[in-house]
Amino acid sequence: MLELIAPFFRQLYERTGLNFIVFYEPYEFGRFLNGAATSVRLIFWSLLLSLGIGVLGAWTQGARSQALRVGVNAYIQAFRNTPPMIQLLFFYFGLGAFTPSVDMGGYSQPLISSFTWAIISLGIFGGAFNIEIFRAGLEAVPEATQEAAESLGFSRWQTFLYVTLPLAFRISLPALTNNLVSLAKTTSLAYVITVPEMTYVLNQVWSDNINVPEMMLLLFMFYVLVVTLLAAGLHALEHRLALPGYGQ
Amino acid sequence: MASGGALKRILAGGMVLIGTAVLATAQAQAPDRLKQILDRGVVRVGVQGAFKPWSFPAPDGSMQGIEVDLGKSVAEALGVKFEPVIITSANRMQFLQQSKIDLIIGGMYDTADRRKIVGIIEPAYWTSGPTLLAKKGVIKDWKDIANKPVCGKQGNYYNKQVETELHANLIAFAGNTEAKEALRAGKCIAWVYDDVSIMADLATPDWEGYEMPVPVLYHNPWGAAVPIEEVNKGWGAFMAGMAYRWHAEGKLIELEKKWGVQPSDWFVQHQKQMKWDTGYLNPK
Repeated sequence: MLELIAPFFRQLYERTGLNFIVFYEPYEFGRFLNGAATSVRLIFWSLLLSLGIGVLGAWTQGARSQALRVGVNAYIQAFRNTPPMIQLLFFYFGLGAFTPSVDMGGYSQPLISSFTWAIISLGIFGGAFNIEIFRAGLEAVPEATQEAAESLGFSRWQTFLYVTLPLAFRISLPALTNNLVSLAKTTSLAYVITVPEMTYVLNQVWSDNINVPEMMLLLFMFYVLVVTLLAAGLHALEHRLALPGYGQ
Repeated sequence: MASGGALKRILAGGMVLIGTAVLATAQAQAPDRLKQILDRGVVRVGVQGAFKPWSFPAPDGSMQGIEVDLGKSVAEALGVKFEPVIITSANRMQFLQQSKIDLIIGGMYDTADRRKIVGIIEPAYWTSGPTLLAKKGVIKDWKDIANKPVCGKQGNYYNKQVETELHANLIAFAGNTEAKEALRAGKCIAWVYDDVSIMADLATPDWEGYEMPVPVLYHNPWGAAVPIEEVNKGWGAFMAGMAYRWHAEGKLIELEKKWGVQPSDWFVQHQKQMKWDTGYLNPK
């Protein structure tokens, strides 16, 4: 891979001074690949966690127990009303101080790494929005449909899982796409707690090689590409799941 | 028309002559800086205002520290009065260019860019460089950080060297405060940063139980500076002689001890290098 593109980018540098060092120097190329892989993994897991939280939270909002409902609403208020970067710092430095760690002699290996903290923090942040998005979807499902399910002998959980949720999910998808795309971009903030994702890695590369404009451009293009793919995937899902005659 | 052209040529020639004469007198009028200082009876030395222990205010308001002592030794050798002028990193070279000061001894790294603007005196009088801050007894050698997490700051140019040559897992934070907090929380075995800054931290009670266990990774020498046009004249040559003697006579090592700076091999090496061997005077 590198052997193929290296000559082109090396020549580009020699001729024009545009230094895309990550595409011709093996060490920087390795850093770039690691950064890209970390970013993609971070996006995948935090989106997944936020979806899980969204579904569970939306269900809990309709729970009979008032304590549960109050709890979910408090969670939404807390995490929708604070900036994601503050949340990352709070989880990593604030809560990180109280989590167990293994003494390695001189330093301690925390059981929860900065990468895991980033997933937890971003998942919880995105989840708070997802709950509200799913709630909108759930409330849009006609009462009559739920009554029909009830009359067929479905339990409350079964009605939610087999009838309400599948319909609500379809209704929520456009808003959900928006929030997931936003969350994918927010993962770049994980650099503040030293998760070696794309922003962190390229920052180090441009500091070492004084090629800020080129690396900024690359960083920009990276997010354009990743977010385009994510949005395209979600749109395809929306089309695939579309019910004939339902909301179309 | 022809006569007009001739007139212009004569005029132009005359202007060049006058211009040259003015330049020549201007040069003659700016006397040698060394002579100016001796005539004035005062040497004005640019020093940092709050840079412990190199240059900082004493309780009585006067300046004290390593760089102030060096400035005083210059004044003493010239037999003139010492006048410290507080400079900042941003204005010190302009002060020198505008003749507001005669000399900078103000914690300035010797770099190629600066050599184009001011006359950096060789040899350099001090040095600093990246080193480690760690809990006492944890690290004995640079090798001890291999495959272990080391905190740093994003954007430092030695980060790559720490990763590629010392094989440490560098965890680079956006700011120094977070990096130091991570060191305290035990998220890393050490913090890699400039030794001058680490020494300043160690001087505070916050960092009791921590130490600077290894020598600097490489040296970034600090140069005194005179105006660039003076570097090869009397004033520059005099200062080079002073800087040489600071090393050879052990003045810098003495100041290191006096002001409680952690001793560095750099001074010992340079003293050896520069000390003139007078063994031939007493042949055995």
